Amino acid sequence: MQFDFSGQEPIYLQVANQIEEGIFTGAFKEETQVPSTTEMSREFHINPATVLKGINILVNEKLVEKRRGLGMFVCKGAYNLILEKRKAAFFEDYVKKIVLEAKNLKLTEVELVQLIKRGFQSNED
Amino acid sequence: MKIKVDDVSKQFGHKQILKEINLELEPNRIYGLLGRNGAGKSTLLNILTDRIFPNGGSVTMDGEAVHENDKLLGKMYLMSEVNLYQKRARLQDLFQASRLMYGGFDDAYAKHLCDAFELNPKLKFGQLSTGYRTIFKLIIALSLPVDFVFLDEPILGLDANHRELFYKELLDSYSQHPRTFVISTHMIEEVANMIEHVFVIEDGKILVDDDVDHMLAQAYVITGPGETVDSYTEGLNVIGSESLGNLKGNYVFGKLNDTREIPDTVQISRMDLQKLFIHLTSEEGQAK
Repeated sequence: MQFDFSGQEPIYLQVANQIEEGIFTGAFKEETQVPSTTEMSREFHINPATVLKGINILVNEKLVEKRRGLGMFVCKGAYNLILEKRKAAFFEDYVKKIVLEAKNLKLTEVELVQLIKRGFQSNED
Repeated sequence: MKIKVDDVSKQFGHKQILKEINLELEPNRIYGLLGRNGAGKSTLLNILTDRIFPNGGSVTMDGEAVHENDKLLGKMYLMSEVNLYQKRARLQDLFQASRLMYGGFDDAYAKHLCDAFELNPKLKFGQLSTGYRTIFKLIIALSLPVDFVFLDEPILGLDANHRELFYKELLDSYSQHPRTFVISTHMIEEVANMIEHVFVIEDGKILVDDDVDHMLAQAYVITGPGETVDSYTEGLNVIGSESLGNLKGNYVFGKLNDTREIPDTVQISRMDLQKLFIHLTSEEGQAK
């Protein structure tokens, strides 16, 4: 895990995003424990209240849950929730930006589609 | 348990060091006390812990005056640059002396810290290097059963590894036994994410008294072509600027004008605590 302390994004959001990324990539598997607030606080020199604020976002999104006396665990089905959430955001987060930059570069729609096809093909190699 | 500082002023000779300072310290929070050299940070910490006396105003804990009140003073500990220990005293004896003064001392934790920092408690205080004197004082600060721990430049002389270790141990200890810490330091970047609330003191006055999150949420850097940046930030609280040819960056602290359209050529980004502090307390920021 790595945090960008230069202030571009509030630290508590970074905490939430980093754990989410960990779940998505399989570093934190479903029904297994995520690092405790104290652990993250001490490891990254972040105030425990800030860490907790980040974790609470994930609790509200039902990605992690508190098990009394045991700690925080990744919820069953968390991976699929993240997948759906990211799919929904894909258009806003990526497609719009690509189209905007393509327009700036004076690429036509056909040319852009061709490039995307090329991207898929080179991925298959 | 809450500490309240009301209208505290202090002068040394003709020099006014603190001017009517007001602030509150709540239980179980980590505060940062920031200020430039000579701003009055150490004087304030010394007054809080009754080591020196103000010319006016008061310090109270839950309404009770702290001045010459041993019961209340036993709930606070100030770790500072001054070395109050006898050079010939052994560290382990100094630990026990602290126990007598504060009515308790976590021996097991002090031992853990001595091991972690590789400090031999059988040594004499006078045998320690600057860095290890700091470490020794930090161990005492973290092992005492007090509700308020004041750390005045707690990392003086510590190398990068020992600073890292200290931050870890501090947060670990805070998580296990929540209490209030006030950290006064120039290493702002290193503590920026540990502190919840910040006091910026400048020229003997409190310039900022705010939660770090809230403070940073209203700090912006506006960059782009000089004229565009200036016209966009006109009338806003610009606390500093930098330019490189015609490329200009204006530092704004406060609300942006939402009704104003953001020009395409202008970029808005955030500031970190250190940058914000530098611009707030520079000559240019002062004029605002």
